[in-house]
Amino acid sequence: MKALVSVKRVVDYNVRIQVKPDGSGVVTEGVKFSVNPFDEIAMEEAVRLKEKGKITEIIAVTIGGAKCEETLRTALAFGADRAVHVKEEGEIQPLTAAQALAAVFKKEGANLFLLGKQAIDDDANQTGQMVAALLDLPQATFASKVELEATKATVTREVDAGLETLEIDLPAIITADLRLNEPRYLKLPDIMKAKKKPIEAVSLADLGITAGAGLKATKTAAPPKRSKGIVVKTVDDLIAALKGKGLI
Amino acid sequence: MSKILIIGQQADGKLSSSIAKVVTAAKLIGGDIEVAVFAKDGSAAAAEAAKLDGVTKVLQIDRPENDHGLAAVLAPQVVELAKKGYTHVFAPGTTFGKDLLPRVAAKLGVQQVSDVMAVHGPTSFDRPIYAGNAIVTVEAPAAPAVVATIRLASFSAVGSSGAAPVEKTSIDVALPTHTRFIKLEAQKSERPELQSATRVVSGGRALGSSENFKVIYDLADKLKAGVGASRAAVDSGYVPNDMQVGQTGKIIAPELYFAIGISGAIQHLAGIKDARTIVAINKDAEAPIFEVADFGLVADLFTAVPEMTSKL
Repeated sequence: MKALVSVKRVVDYNVRIQVKPDGSGVVTEGVKFSVNPFDEIAMEEAVRLKEKGKITEIIAVTIGGAKCEETLRTALAFGADRAVHVKEEGEIQPLTAAQALAAVFKKEGANLFLLGKQAIDDDANQTGQMVAALLDLPQATFASKVELEATKATVTREVDAGLETLEIDLPAIITADLRLNEPRYLKLPDIMKAKKKPIEAVSLADLGITAGAGLKATKTAAPPKRSKGIVVKTVDDLIAALKGKGLI
Repeated sequence: MSKILIIGQQADGKLSSSIAKVVTAAKLIGGDIEVAVFAKDGSAAAAEAAKLDGVTKVLQIDRPENDHGLAAVLAPQVVELAKKGYTHVFAPGTTFGKDLLPRVAAKLGVQQVSDVMAVHGPTSFDRPIYAGNAIVTVEAPAAPAVVATIRLASFSAVGSSGAAPVEKTSIDVALPTHTRFIKLEAQKSERPELQSATRVVSGGRALGSSENFKVIYDLADKLKAGVGASRAAVDSGYVPNDMQVGQTGKIIAPELYFAIGISGAIQHLAGIKDARTIVAINKDAEAPIFEVADFGLVADLFTAVPEMTSKL
């Protein structure tokens, strides 16, 4: 069984986000980039399924500019067998990304598509669901447990009401939530080995995709700052203050 | 004029409380506001939706397959419905809405707006990016429809003194059988669920052990509050990781939030930005949490918290 895993290059989660003074976006120059943490979880899950013999080949895919090659190398170091780089220097919104990923999924004849539930830059939480829609395939989003069989998967999902279990026929799309697994630390030999694995470059045009209209960002702003409140001296003062505001 | 379709999330025939907040967002655009309830038997949920102030019509689509609100099953029906002259399709920013709506948007061929936190006009919205560390204003294409999920923490609920008509209808579309509901294990805690609780008490690394977390639970029970924790407390193994509040844990917006023995790392603050009132109790007067707290108390938590619990 072939699995496709998409990985996105994002600003590292430890970076303090700075909004550009002219409101045109956030500062991405000179900051650390990493693989989207949720995609890393998806990749780890694919590797574990391969180690259990449930998957025979893992193909990593990304969409973006030249710098995304390092993202793919990380995926290859995790254990992907080969990679596809959809080269596009411009901005990619989820619908276009989903169209491209759906095209790669079809072209590869994969049976399972694993990806993160959302990317921590645009926080859109759309791509997996959109791929599933475009291919008319089942989706199991926010997965915290995946049991894979030959023709179906049983997936536990983290939903607001608790844990929901779905059974889905393959091929299918599964998006990873935080508690699905803890990704491994990469070892140097794996990182070295990844350098020799093949990356195939394709363009959106090769896949027959033209980016649609999408959303137009008109302004980016920092969130309103909370102002510093008051410091009380005793527990009694605190209770009185909260009662005074009608909070308790 | 706008004609807004709201997906009326329900469970076991009961309307989700999130819908009253989505209606508030829809009212900022104006025009007709219709709520569609997809259920096995949606009579009760439809009746609840009909009472929400501002709703002009409720559509009740009963079908046995709609019982569990599966995205793959609902999406084809929503897509068919959406084509009937709606300018907007809204769903709550719950796991239900987040699962379903992108599937609808992709089928309609439009880019969805996720997590709307402010409405500037029919096609102009604010949404958070980078875990709320930046807010972007976006202009969405008007055609064929604006598809958006609504961030619940940003809107209050409308009242329920309305009386909109309920129309039973059917949508003739083939539904897939490739996705099957097996079970739902509801959270068993007696305490309010972290994400919907109006009050939350969280403990941090300063608690020192899982036994010591008892002072947090005791205060929470007195306040009928949910219980959370900082990443440091989770990483130290004091509490399970589903209690983690912060950028990589749960992002919450209670009316009243207690940060106890929590220093206030960026990662934690990203999760509580929208709390109405933040109370901090910490021994270290220099802790960054005091920079954002509405009320601070510099004290040893092991004396202050039990004292507070006993005096409430």
